[in-house]
Amino acid sequence: MANHTNSGNPNVDLAYRRKKNAEEMKFQVISFILMIFLTIVAFFAVGYEGFSHWFSVPFILLLATVQVAFQLYYFMHMSHKGHEFPALFLYSGVFVAFLTVLAFVTIVWV
Amino acid sequence: MSTLARKKGVGAVIWDYLTTVDHKKIAILYLIAGGIFFLLGGLEALVIRIQLAVPNNDFISAGFYNEVLTMHGTTMIFLAAMPLVFAMMNAVVPIQIGARDVAFPFLNALGFWLFFFGGVFLNLSWFLGGAPDAGWTSYASLSLASPTHGIDFYVLGLQISGLGTLIGGINFLVTIINMRAPGMTYMRMPMFTWATFVTSALILFAFPPLTVGLIFMMMDRLFGGNFFDPALGGNTIIWEHLFWIFGHPEVYILVLPAFGIFSEIFATFSRKRLFGYSSMVFATVLIGFLGFMVWAHHMFTVGLGPIANAIFAVATMAIAVPTGVKIFNWLFTMWGGNIRFTTPMMYAVAFIPSFVIGGVTGVMNATAAADYQYHDSYFVVAHFHYVIVGGVVFALLAGAHYWWPKMFGKMLDEKLGKVTFWLFFIGFHLTFFIQHFLGLMGMPRRVFTFLPGQGFETGNLISTVGAFFMAAATVVLLANVVITTVKGKRVGADPWGDGRTLEWAVSSPAPEYNFAQIPLVRGLDAYWIEKMEGKKGLTPAEPLGDIHMPNPSFLPFVISLGLFIAALGFLYNQDYAWGKWVGIVGLLVTLGAMFLRSVIDDHGFHIHKEEIMEAEKKGAGA
Amino acid sequence: MHIEEKLTPETFPAEPEKATLEGKNKFLGFWFFLGGETVLFASLFATYLALKDSVAGGPTSEELFKMPLVFVATMLLLTSSLTSVYAMYHMKNFDFKKMQLWLGVTVLLGAAFLALEIYEFNEYVHEGFKFSTSAFSSAFYTLVGTHGAHVTFGLLWILTLMIRNAKRGLNLYNAPKFYVASLYWHFIDVVWVFIFTVVYLMGMVG
Repeated sequence: MANHTNSGNPNVDLAYRRKKNAEEMKFQVISFILMIFLTIVAFFAVGYEGFSHWFSVPFILLLATVQVAFQLYYFMHMSHKGHEFPALFLYSGVFVAFLTVLAFVTIVWV
Repeated sequence: MSTLARKKGVGAVIWDYLTTVDHKKIAILYLIAGGIFFLLGGLEALVIRIQLAVPNNDFISAGFYNEVLTMHGTTMIFLAAMPLVFAMMNAVVPIQIGARDVAFPFLNALGFWLFFFGGVFLNLSWFLGGAPDAGWTSYASLSLASPTHGIDFYVLGLQISGLGTLIGGINFLVTIINMRAPGMTYMRMPMFTWATFVTSALILFAFPPLTVGLIFMMMDRLFGGNFFDPALGGNTIIWEHLFWIFGHPEVYILVLPAFGIFSEIFATFSRKRLFGYSSMVFATVLIGFLGFMVWAHHMFTVGLGPIANAIFAVATMAIAVPTGVKIFNWLFTMWGGNIRFTTPMMYAVAFIPSFVIGGVTGVMNATAAADYQYHDSYFVVAHFHYVIVGGVVFALLAGAHYWWPKMFGKMLDEKLGKVTFWLFFIGFHLTFFIQHFLGLMGMPRRVFTFLPGQGFETGNLISTVGAFFMAAATVVLLANVVITTVKGKRVGADPWGDGRTLEWAVSSPAPEYNFAQIPLVRGLDAYWIEKMEGKKGLTPAEPLGDIHMPNPSFLPFVISLGLFIAALGFLYNQDYAWGKWVGIVGLLVTLGAMFLRSVIDDHGFHIHKEEIMEAEKKGAGA
Repeated sequence: MHIEEKLTPETFPAEPEKATLEGKNKFLGFWFFLGGETVLFASLFATYLALKDSVAGGPTSEELFKMPLVFVATMLLLTSSLTSVYAMYHMKNFDFKKMQLWLGVTVLLGAAFLALEIYEFNEYVHEGFKFSTSAFSSAFYTLVGTHGAHVTFGLLWILTLMIRNAKRGLNLYNAPKFYVASLYWHFIDVVWVFIFTVVYLMGMVG
């Protein structure tokens, strides 16, 4: 915040940076594969007759939450440094969201 | 402002304000627009009080009373209190944190124009078939049955102005996080800045539910939706929840900046550091947090069941704790201080007992079982006016007097200021104190008249007399503004002589770049520290150099105008064939202007070092 | 470093989106906006959950939703999220052409998703499931439609950025713009994950 000008760009080792970016990209692809996998599991869990919806509903909600965590932390880089405020405000939003949904499934039809 | 006008000609000044992205000018725009809406809301209040002065009065009809009552509440909350709070924030916060501008100057202007066009749109309803008439809460069961377009004006107008508020909130969050001067750590930020920060966070999370509620209402009334229509499976309680999930935090959105303003004033005019600064910060954050968990206390009588009511009752009472912390901190700030009873300080001192009354009746209302008695009676009316007027309006009046020299370069007259204060203070208690008892005696709110012989006559007459005291106070204030503008003497950087925070270190009004050199902040009450060490100015944190400034832009005005046109079109969607097309044209204007904003590079410009040195010399001479 | 300076892979900063104050502000402000959007969509989801059984004699979710279509739409949008990650990967490597290429793929996938959604809505309307059929239908169309409107806006936004900057390449002025547009695109995907779970999958098990 103090720094109103850009820090001079040091002569960084370009090859090192490229390698780091490529490594990160590998993680992104892995998380993508996991996300696809979780999605397929969710569709199967619903399609499979053997599960009662008392199992499948919480199960697919859990899968969705895990998948969203992948999106946020890998695709949207929330695991990186400098994301403290984004995380604080996103989780505050999630908190209000949780209260809202909780209220609407419990105390709307009275 | 007036000197500018002489120099530049009227047309140039108007164009300047239409395109400005300077937070200080936007503050003035907010102050003027919010002030006009405040007068309008005040007139509506007078009409209400005249109608209720005597039993069986026929000053206005029942239907018109509903419109006036709805518009009084809606105008005062959304179009007067909110923008006036934003006026204070814009005028002060960037300077308080030692910044040259806000993070998003363009969005800052956009926020103002959205609010402005939303407010104008809402008030157009008076001329186009009738104002909204379902109360400011506009409960769906009532508002869906309203035959005129009034509710549609409410829905679309608030949607537009709400968007502006949300933008303003995000802007201040980023400004406070990213733009602070070196050394301005979080725990050195002035209390008003802290209050602005928490308020902005509340805006960010409270306005989306309102947006969604308004979308549903719009769908139901204009596009054949069934969200609230029980005949097709809808549920009217959904509106109530969405409205209050927004509506309760809204109370804190208004009152936290008020607390912030008073914190500044108490410290300044007690000539003492604010007592318990860290506990003040903690209490502010805690109030903001708890504010999201109490909304259903507005809905105790809906029948949510004893468990829900009990949870919300306890959560509500918990808010009294951090609020109490604040009250005691203010008292201890004054304790042993060298107090000066200036006009702002008088409001601050009067605020404490007034607000405590509102807080105590709040805890009474929070007692769910007892609320079944208070609900929908004048007791509730008295309660929230003690909170909103005794807290927010007192703070806005105090803040206006306190920062007037910083905004306009001239001091408001202290004598007239004190006349305003006493008239307003007496009028306020005269109007609303008696309403507690009217409510307990069973007088219902929102009813256009009352019958003789039920014991309500004297109380209502007293209440009406009080309202005229407040009206007189407002007239004196306006006279004060005019006299000051015409005759007032220009003042220096620190006209109160006791300024503690950074805004008092720059000339009044501040130059467009705020600080020739960004200051180095060495503690809480940064300017006071320098003064106590015998220094005249601030310690600079950078050498004097060219200053980068954002370009003015007309696009915020156009984007907002487009939405205004779109709202007008969609409002008549079901009545006329052109409605839809006008709506689409309006949206295209908005999207087109956004497109231009995206594709035209805007790198701003630089003010050169020589010009700054020139301006600083002049500023010092004034 | 000037904001419009011509850069080379060596001088391009590691985090171009946050290299300037404007970029930092944009980055933070946009995340906060997403925090607000979270609450906005939560309100829509909450209402949908409250009204999903209020069919008022109209079609129910079990009668309407078709697994294959939703599955294909989900795959399209998930993949578009990955392609926009690729675009950002190439942005960090200062490879403008590849970034544009991957953004183009993202836009195509997003457009395909949108086409599927329009087709789906059209089918429902023909089956007698209109916006004003029931409280359930209003809630469904508003929730899924709001997401669709976000997709549309995102497509227009990314296209505008691609065309505007096609000739001049990457610099520190437009890098934050590309970055927040990709954040927006991911967020659209986040919302969709909950839509296919809460609306479609839960709608099919009842």
